[in-house]
Amino acid sequence: MTPAALLEQARRVAQAAEIYAYSNLETSASFEANRLKQLNTRQTQGFSLRLIVDGRIGFANASGTGGQGLVEAALETAPFGNRAHFQLPPAQAHPRVSTWDSKVEKFTVEAMAALGQSMVDQVRQHSPEVMVDAGIIKNAATIELLNTAGLRARYRKTTFSLYLEGTLIRGTDMLFVGDGESACRLIPDGRQVVEATILQLERAKRQAPAPKGKVPVLFSPRGVAAALVMPLMSAFNGRTVLQGASPLGHRLGERVFDRRLSLWDDATVAHRPGSRPWDEEGVPSQRTPLIQDGVVANFIYDLQTAGQARAKSTGNASRMGGGLLPTPNASALVIAPGKVTTAQMLKGIKEGLLVERLIGAGQGNILGGDFGGNVLLGYRVEGGQVVGRVKDTMISGNVYEALKEMAALGDQPEWVGGMLHTPPILCHSVSVSSKG
Amino acid sequence: MSAPHDLPGREEIEAALRGHQADYAELRLETGESTRLIYRGRELEDIGKASSQGGCARALVRGAWGFISFNDLRDLRDKVALAARQASLVGREESRLAPIPAAVDDVPARVVQDPAGVPLAEKKRLLDEYNEIIWATPKVQTSNITYSEGRRQVVFASSGGSYIQQGRLDLSARIAVVARDGSEVQQAGVSIGSHGDYSFIQGLHQEVKGLAQRAVDMLAAPHLTGGEHTLICDPVLAGVFVHEAFGHLSESDFVYENQQMKEIMVLGRRFGGKHLNIVDGAALPNLRGSYKYDDEGTPAQKTYLIREGILVGRLHSRETAAKMGEKPTGNARAINYHFPPIVRMTNTIIEPGEAKLEDMLAGVKDGVYAKNWYGGMTSMEMFTFSAGEAYRIRNGKIAELLRPVVLTGNVFTTMEHIDAIGNDLDVNEGGGCGKGMQMPLPVSNGSPHIRIRQCLIGGKAP
Ligand SMILES: [Zn+2]
Repeated sequence: MTPAALLEQARRVAQAAEIYAYSNLETSASFEANRLKQLNTRQTQGFSLRLIVDGRIGFANASGTGGQGLVEAALETAPFGNRAHFQLPPAQAHPRVSTWDSKVEKFTVEAMAALGQSMVDQVRQHSPEVMVDAGIIKNAATIELLNTAGLRARYRKTTFSLYLEGTLIRGTDMLFVGDGESACRLIPDGRQVVEATILQLERAKRQAPAPKGKVPVLFSPRGVAAALVMPLMSAFNGRTVLQGASPLGHRLGERVFDRRLSLWDDATVAHRPGSRPWDEEGVPSQRTPLIQDGVVANFIYDLQTAGQARAKSTGNASRMGGGLLPTPNASALVIAPGKVTTAQMLKGIKEGLLVERLIGAGQGNILGGDFGGNVLLGYRVEGGQVVGRVKDTMISGNVYEALKEMAALGDQPEWVGGMLHTPPILCHSVSVSSKG
Repeated sequence: MSAPHDLPGREEIEAALRGHQADYAELRLETGESTRLIYRGRELEDIGKASSQGGCARALVRGAWGFISFNDLRDLRDKVALAARQASLVGREESRLAPIPAAVDDVPARVVQDPAGVPLAEKKRLLDEYNEIIWATPKVQTSNITYSEGRRQVVFASSGGSYIQQGRLDLSARIAVVARDGSEVQQAGVSIGSHGDYSFIQGLHQEVKGLAQRAVDMLAAPHLTGGEHTLICDPVLAGVFVHEAFGHLSESDFVYENQQMKEIMVLGRRFGGKHLNIVDGAALPNLRGSYKYDDEGTPAQKTYLIREGILVGRLHSRETAAKMGEKPTGNARAINYHFPPIVRMTNTIIEPGEAKLEDMLAGVKDGVYAKNWYGGMTSMEMFTFSAGEAYRIRNGKIAELLRPVVLTGNVFTTMEHIDAIGNDLDVNEGGGCGKGMQMPLPVSNGSPHIRIRQCLIGGKAP
């Protein structure tokens, strides 16, 4: 069935209805143990139907079944669904956002294989004993939204991602290094990812004892993403706020963070994986300041949570790939850079830690702002120098303490995984515990 | 035997596999239906149904794989051909798969109490009752309840002559309570699941009441100082420990092409004391990780990983088994038709020993008793797992409640530091394992109480 035919069917039985249709064609080349091991092609297509009956929301999703039975399934859930606190958006102007690059579509599997192999080889040239896994993934998606308020919208998006994962084993010591990059346009070479991986290998050559107690911790852009972003995004999510579970819920307009800290969500930046002209229920994309000079500026909402909070949708509805009802989610996060170079930040550390990667970072009290985990990749900093990699080490802190007064904000922002643009951040004092 | 309703028939599927330029080819076709109910706060925020139909073709040519997944079930033959063509672009080596017997079988889903027989209104009424109990607890800020049921029919056919249909009914739920006092926010939760029995979600009223109270009590609980502590884990948390600390390391796709890893994971290596026995197997019946055949058609087994402290086995797909010269163990699993099978755990268990909990406690002057789980993660050597509930142990007795703790360790030392294994095996069915992009895969973990000396626990510095 076509999306339009499904919408017509739903219109007859519901006050309002919306069809979200998606199709993806993803191709990937996977490298294992230094060589190409697998080529994958994944074709996905599906429909989601959201409808409103007697003021309540019903929902059903179908993939591969052509939409048969979709209206009946959604109708069955509607009597139990949540009360709708919104009107579906009509057709309206939306910003132009670059999400398509025909070069991605045309990039052949042979070219993907060659690109991946060259990345693997460059890392192995630097360190022949490293075992490298890698992947090159390209995707072309079509997203279509139709609703009974008259919206008929459609856009296409390409994404291109590459990653490297190196493993170096000596005795029972395992070192994991690697980086990844993702964009809506072709990334013609893996230079950035290769260089980042080689820098990690260089810095990890030697081992060093972890500092103990409360010490200054420098989070690299990757470290910021691993440690600090999850608790922040939980607190700025309108749904958390609505549930009264956000520590920031009542602090709109208050200065909670360091004056140098500004953070915004922006789905209109060109060529980011989270970029889009409108969100997944048709609200135009926008740039939403979340922290402005340390002050809590906004929360992110979709239509339903905005309706409940008597706020306006910030265009952050996300369906997590298509199969779920929309919920608020960040699109592309940007932290404004500061003025201090990485070298200067390191120079100011007598004894501390540089954190790149964590494991178990989501396991603490994220809602309360806690961050932490085992330092999968991090280095001891001593007398302003990176002296070696630490092991068997945990960090533990709270974003509201760590970001209240930062020690320094870096001047070189980087995209991490395509989703977060951030400079390094130096925190005065984070708890570090380690073995022995 | 005929294919399930809506899927192409056996003849069509088998014909699609014949005559390709591939060393091996397989098709896996699937239909599924799921229902979920998600409460955030007092309201049932998301109730939805999903239906899905699709499949995948995988081919092996000269040691490399081509894999195609699709929603459109027409032209299966072309899809197998495309998978073979992709594999042939890559393959430079020799294809090696451990032999398995060709199987033709029809395995219906295990259904004890069928959720299909329970009206949606009844499911909602039950969850409403739990939510009411939570909200009646003073200082509770909000609740999150997720319930989901999924039913699948999978047809697997291979060029090796297997044609296997398997049904599956998987149920899972999570109930979480958020308590708040000013700027303090704390969360307590429980995850449960079942292979085919709806009654898993019934009769939890007392447990939910305790959960809500615990979230509130945590608000005033003291923080533990980070560092090394003696730790006693309850069976649920010890199950997560064995999964994270050791289970992932025994998945041989991490090992089979890495010479150094092979040296580390050499059979015969000592990992722990004589009292330590660890098994994994989908042949352990009726658990969330149980099945009759894995997604390569290999019959399920029970595999000893550690026997009397010594590494004696590991988990295999057909390819990893062949390359390591070992037998396949039936651990190749795919979360759905969008993914190829990879080596995964099923039901992973520390076998019971002889220690009683009282005796384990009695030997601890100052330590931590941790229960329940919140999450876990591993990087092979290092792992972390977090407890849902933690108490101080003082002079052999369980004392005051602490803030939740995150534990970490190094597999090569922490396993040796297990100095007592209880006699009270219990299996946790609330687990969902993630590997690559494939999560949450239904697994179960089990263990008795265990005691670990010198376990590193994160926390504020003194
Ligand atoms: Zn796992």
